[in-house]
Amino acid sequence: MPKRILAIASGGGHWQQLMLLRPAFEGHDVIYLTTLPGLPDQFDAHPHAIVPDCNRDQMLAILPCGAMLLARMLRFRPHVVISTGALPGAMALAFGRAMGARTIWVDSVANAEEISMSGKLARRVAHLWMSQWEQVAEANGAEYAGSVL
Amino acid sequence: MIFATVGTQLPFPRLIDALNRLAPDLAEEVVAQVGRSKGDWPALDIRRSLTPQDFEALFTSARVVVAHAGIGTILSAKRWQKPLVIVPRRHAMGEHRNDHQLATARQVDSMPGIHVAWDADDLRRLLSAPDLPPASEVASPSHAALIGRLRQFIET
Repeated sequence: MPKRILAIASGGGHWQQLMLLRPAFEGHDVIYLTTLPGLPDQFDAHPHAIVPDCNRDQMLAILPCGAMLLARMLRFRPHVVISTGALPGAMALAFGRAMGARTIWVDSVANAEEISMSGKLARRVAHLWMSQWEQVAEANGAEYAGSVL
Repeated sequence: MIFATVGTQLPFPRLIDALNRLAPDLAEEVVAQVGRSKGDWPALDIRRSLTPQDFEALFTSARVVVAHAGIGTILSAKRWQKPLVIVPRRHAMGEHRNDHQLATARQVDSMPGIHVAWDADDLRRLLSAPDLPPASEVASPSHAALIGRLRQFIET
């Protein structure tokens, strides 16, 4: 049975990596969320929605960012939530888990030495918590299965 | 045309200096996006920063792209199937906050179309090679394995 998958990444490298994971979603009902208008069209990622960006340096922006994200998620009711980063993705995993979804964190391949800050936040709410670097995965108790490189 | 890019976040004068020395022997135009790097490079066509559109235009029309070992650049080379020469930034030379680009370079050194220049001689040899193979859009075995694991998790 097709599942509803919510796939979320911030604009830039995180999004590029999420797009490279698309073959894993084939046959399922996917909605893509990102922070940069225009980006989903550039990659032909439909359906999609834009959520406001936020990071740890702008604590006030986290509230509207979280509220809009939550509203989207309550409407879509995902079975699976997957993110490659950054903070909005970690929040989506937390909301998803609270809603009963299964959650996947794939830490950005840019983090060859240690897990990203948002990856560390996502750890407690990710059912599947992965690094794309074998040594980083081993040192942190994450799972390693490969990388988009 | 050779397109060089150092990304937007940090300067990388070592790469731009090396290209400026090589350019007179290359008989090919070298366009360099240098970000905040400081220096004088008369042999190069210098751009500080580029819009995404200009970046794509230069990237796709170049014969070969030379860059720091950034993930975005490597993924772009795969997407647009360009030969890519990478010069990893080094922590000891103050070029990045750690040596993760060395780790990235070692990881991608065996990938088709991604060529690591570990020193200036490598850079000269790679940039003067006439038929440098392009990067491939095809997923690596490691990429396919990651997809397989995610599929399995999603479907159970």
